[in-house]
Amino acid sequence: MAAHSQTVHEGGLASQLAAPALWPGVWAIFAKEVRTELRTRELLVTTAVFTLVVVFMFSFSFDPTSAESRRFGPGLLWIAFLFAGTLMLEPSFMREQTNDTLAALRLAPIDPCAILFGKVLANFLFLIITEALLLPVFSVFYNVSIAAVLPGLALVCLLGTLGIVIPGTIFSAVTAHARMRELLLPLLLLPVLTPILIAATESTSALLSDSPEWPSMGLKLLAGADIIFLTVAYFLFGALLEE
Amino acid sequence: MSLNRTLWLVATLFAALWMAAAGYAIFFVAPDESTMHAIQRIFYIHVTSAWTAGIAYFVVALGGALYLIKRNPRYDWAALSAGEVGFAFTTVVLITGPIWAKPIWGIWWTWDPRLTWTFVLWLMYAAYLLLGTLVDDKQRRATLRSVYGIFAFVNVPLVWETIRWWRGQHPSPVIGGGPDAKLDPTMWSVLMFTWGAMLLLFAVLTRQRYRLEVLRGELDALRQEAEDSAASPAASASGRPLVELKG
Repeated sequence: MAAHSQTVHEGGLASQLAAPALWPGVWAIFAKEVRTELRTRELLVTTAVFTLVVVFMFSFSFDPTSAESRRFGPGLLWIAFLFAGTLMLEPSFMREQTNDTLAALRLAPIDPCAILFGKVLANFLFLIITEALLLPVFSVFYNVSIAAVLPGLALVCLLGTLGIVIPGTIFSAVTAHARMRELLLPLLLLPVLTPILIAATESTSALLSDSPEWPSMGLKLLAGADIIFLTVAYFLFGALLEE
Repeated sequence: MSLNRTLWLVATLFAALWMAAAGYAIFFVAPDESTMHAIQRIFYIHVTSAWTAGIAYFVVALGGALYLIKRNPRYDWAALSAGEVGFAFTTVVLITGPIWAKPIWGIWWTWDPRLTWTFVLWLMYAAYLLLGTLVDDKQRRATLRSVYGIFAFVNVPLVWETIRWWRGQHPSPVIGGGPDAKLDPTMWSVLMFTWGAMLLLFAVLTRQRYRLEVLRGELDALRQEAEDSAASPAASASGRPLVELKG
């Protein structure tokens, strides 16, 4: 009996190994995205400059060095990240249309979700780099000291960015076939990102206030949103690829 | 006229009568509220519209999920119809709310959780309806719309959680809102009566909208057929007319 169940178990394992593995596929897609970006260097440079422009323009709406900036700053920062994210995510699936490379990706012997996860990871990396570039500039421009709370801030940025990038990548695939897609993507994405914007802004406010506190509730909400988004994205992405 | 159509015609007339009766009940049957007086009567429309919109969005997500599983366009049509009518009901909620808030709270709008949440919902479903108009390919449109409808619906409780954590001011729910929250039995009856009218109105409107999509589908199929036979004259020469005239 024991021997029998052993065989069954081995059979299950063998069939698992025969199925297209997820992670090599994810890595391949991720590497492709990064390679494309390294060759063109369009996305990162454009988005970084764009976020600078946003932060600069915002400085005219209130006195950026006053104590007020501590109250407005976090919201401003996350609005800039959100805009940067929507701009950056738009080409994610558009790029695959020029030579219909998405069809090639679909035919590749990889799990379809590897395409999603690979792109999510790449977009995540690009947006995190943009944020890492903008944070010190923001700190200087708006007279906010971030050095002391850097670990907490980094955690908020990591979770918040993941929350932007997962639905963003899905909706980039959704809008790739639509007219007015440059306008449609933010229209679809921004309302859905309300929880991320609120939780990330409140967490950043708590960290940057005069008496910094650990934003445990905000971080929990961000992590919860990430898990929910990832699960829904995982189940829906297959349907998006079928045509 | 088929039996089905006759039934729906009767249902439509009945919905109109029931709505009129609900209007009468709201103004003449429901008791006067002790502090808010007449303006409180908008509550019957406001709350029942919100509940109906909630049901509509559930139908949108359900129709989307069924479409993605079965790939039958009828599920997408049902989802779209419910989405459009639900969007109208949400708009009613967003209009009746401020009309009540101005005399009671002294302001038209406040960024309280429920208001903010309803507004986010409204925005998400506006985006849902817009998405459909901006994609040309029919199958693709249905798929994309279904995906977005499901994603938005799953997001609804999450939006609620974060907004509630963020700030609070809406009158705590009178229904199921705690031990000291109670609604007069007559008010309850009027509320339920109005909700019945709203649900029937929702069903009738959604069904009409759905029928429009069905007719559009039939028209598309006929057009396709006509184009195909025009492209290959052999087919039409074989004696099959382009459009069959029904007497």
